[in-house]
Amino acid sequence: MRQLAILIALFALIALLPLFVHSDYLVNIAIMTLYGALLGQAWNILGGYGGQFSFGHAAFFGTGAYTAAVFQVQLGINPWIGLAAGGLLAVAVAAFVGFSTFRYGLRGSYFALVTLAFAEVLRILSNSVPFTGAGVGILIPLKHGIASLQFASKSGYFFLVWAMALAAFLVVWWMGHSRFGASLMAVRDNEDAARALGVDAFRVKMGAIMLSGLFSGLGGVFYAQYFLYLDPYIAYGPANSVESLLVPIIGGLGTLFGPLLGAAALHAIAQGTNELIGDVPGISLALYGALLVAMVLFLPRGLASFSLRGLRQRLALEARGKRGHA
Amino acid sequence: MPDWGIIIPSVLNGLTTGALYALVALGLTLIYGVLHIINFAHGALLMVGLYAVYYLNAQFGLDPYVSLLIVPPVMFALGYALQRGIIGKAAHGRDENILLVTLGLAIVIENLSLYFFRSDTRIVDTPYSFKTVEFLGAFLPLPKVVAFFGALATAGLLWLLMTRTDLGRAIRALAKERKGASLVGIDIEHVFAMSFGLGIACLGVAACLLLPSYYVNPQVGHGFILIAFTIVVLGGMGSFIGALLGGLIIGVVEALGGLFLGESLGQIGIFVIFILVLIFRPTGLLGQKA
Repeated sequence: MRQLAILIALFALIALLPLFVHSDYLVNIAIMTLYGALLGQAWNILGGYGGQFSFGHAAFFGTGAYTAAVFQVQLGINPWIGLAAGGLLAVAVAAFVGFSTFRYGLRGSYFALVTLAFAEVLRILSNSVPFTGAGVGILIPLKHGIASLQFASKSGYFFLVWAMALAAFLVVWWMGHSRFGASLMAVRDNEDAARALGVDAFRVKMGAIMLSGLFSGLGGVFYAQYFLYLDPYIAYGPANSVESLLVPIIGGLGTLFGPLLGAAALHAIAQGTNELIGDVPGISLALYGALLVAMVLFLPRGLASFSLRGLRQRLALEARGKRGHA
Repeated sequence: MPDWGIIIPSVLNGLTTGALYALVALGLTLIYGVLHIINFAHGALLMVGLYAVYYLNAQFGLDPYVSLLIVPPVMFALGYALQRGIIGKAAHGRDENILLVTLGLAIVIENLSLYFFRSDTRIVDTPYSFKTVEFLGAFLPLPKVVAFFGALATAGLLWLLMTRTDLGRAIRALAKERKGASLVGIDIEHVFAMSFGLGIACLGVAACLLLPSYYVNPQVGHGFILIAFTIVVLGGMGSFIGALLGGLIIGVVEALGGLFLGESLGQIGIFVIFILVLIFRPTGLLGQKA
């Protein structure tokens, strides 16, 4: 309950931000941080709580984004319906990916590989079919108004992504206090033992990947509405998959607040380097990659684990481990 | 009525491309067999090899085939150093960490080369780039024929290494039983790094054989990653023969797909195979239980 109280207080506090801050620049940073936290939390459901490392969350993200865009541009359907459809289609893609891998108990490398490959397949498909606009991309016409899910002011987008992120965080809080979440973590920690205790590992993992896909898909819809432009590389390229996994890994895998911490840290770093070196092609992604390597090398449990006491304990443990090997 | 005069050259062309795919996949499957991880930096490291061949040619006028003496050993050393210095250290006893690190390395390598080399596509000009060989009524580009036999020879050498040398025995022992291997005195870290180095050296060979008929840019690895993954999944993870066979099959499928469906949709055939294998036989043609 205390965690829930902190969570709600935190989100309430964040919600006050656009009331006091009138700079579009700062609100944009807040939006992008919440958006990062949303994508990160989506990944965290499957990767952090379920132990299934997906390298292709862009498959879900891009499906949500393209659904919203194609619904509006090609079919003339209201974007609020596109929002729901984007989430649902992302869940469908997630279910297909999950079904084809979890059914045989494939995990680890294989799962990472399959998810990455699915994202690539979708990227190339969206590059060659006409209704996604192929390589040229798809442009959503500017039409401000709540009915068209576009906002003249940044704070409208702020509350949209805020609500999505809040939903994701509430679901993850619920996972920490429910039978489903407990089963999922049991499968992560030891699948065979969990099965022996009667946990239906396949069903639990399917639940996790579909929830994860839902929030990634919603993140995709948000992206489409906010930037109003998509192309195959933006939607299904590696950048989103990497950001999705980097956020919880920086913040702390399998923790409720990790993705928020991670998104804040990541955006602070990205912003800082942007100011320092400017927007040079490749540099920001190279930095993400380097961060990923450094985090896994030096701080595999994320910033959440970073405290002096924790560090000392870890060093002591490692020293003991080395002695044990010798 | 199919026109064999078109299909046969297409199949032969596919086989020559497929042999190179197989070589790339061979490195991947070797690393998977021993370390039980997919090296997500595989495509990026192939790109590094291609740039090495390109610059040796552009700066020193070295023929790509002469680079076979330089690039594979350098790539081997690079692979050894990466495994020993970064990947192995980041494992902390969990395979997931290795996955993440290879992914991180791939992103760093790709984007740094985007930064340094720009996204221009470059090719190497050799006197034999456009020579052809006639076989069964088909005119095949000479570099592709060389690549075909080069890839097969490399696979043969690798097989000899794995079956006839102490290193090969140590690698196979380690692949089967980590603890047992360390108990009989195998230096695990060293052999891991040797396997990784060998897998990357395969990429070096592939780069030298590839460049006379191919191009290089910072994204060039992407095209190979998915194909190499598909081959490894198709052939069975960790299976050598499977990788060879899978490579040739994928090469032919791609060529025929391009012939019948057109260039941009031709790759769809590969994905169809990928998804079908995934659904009906996820352990691959020759793989054991994953």
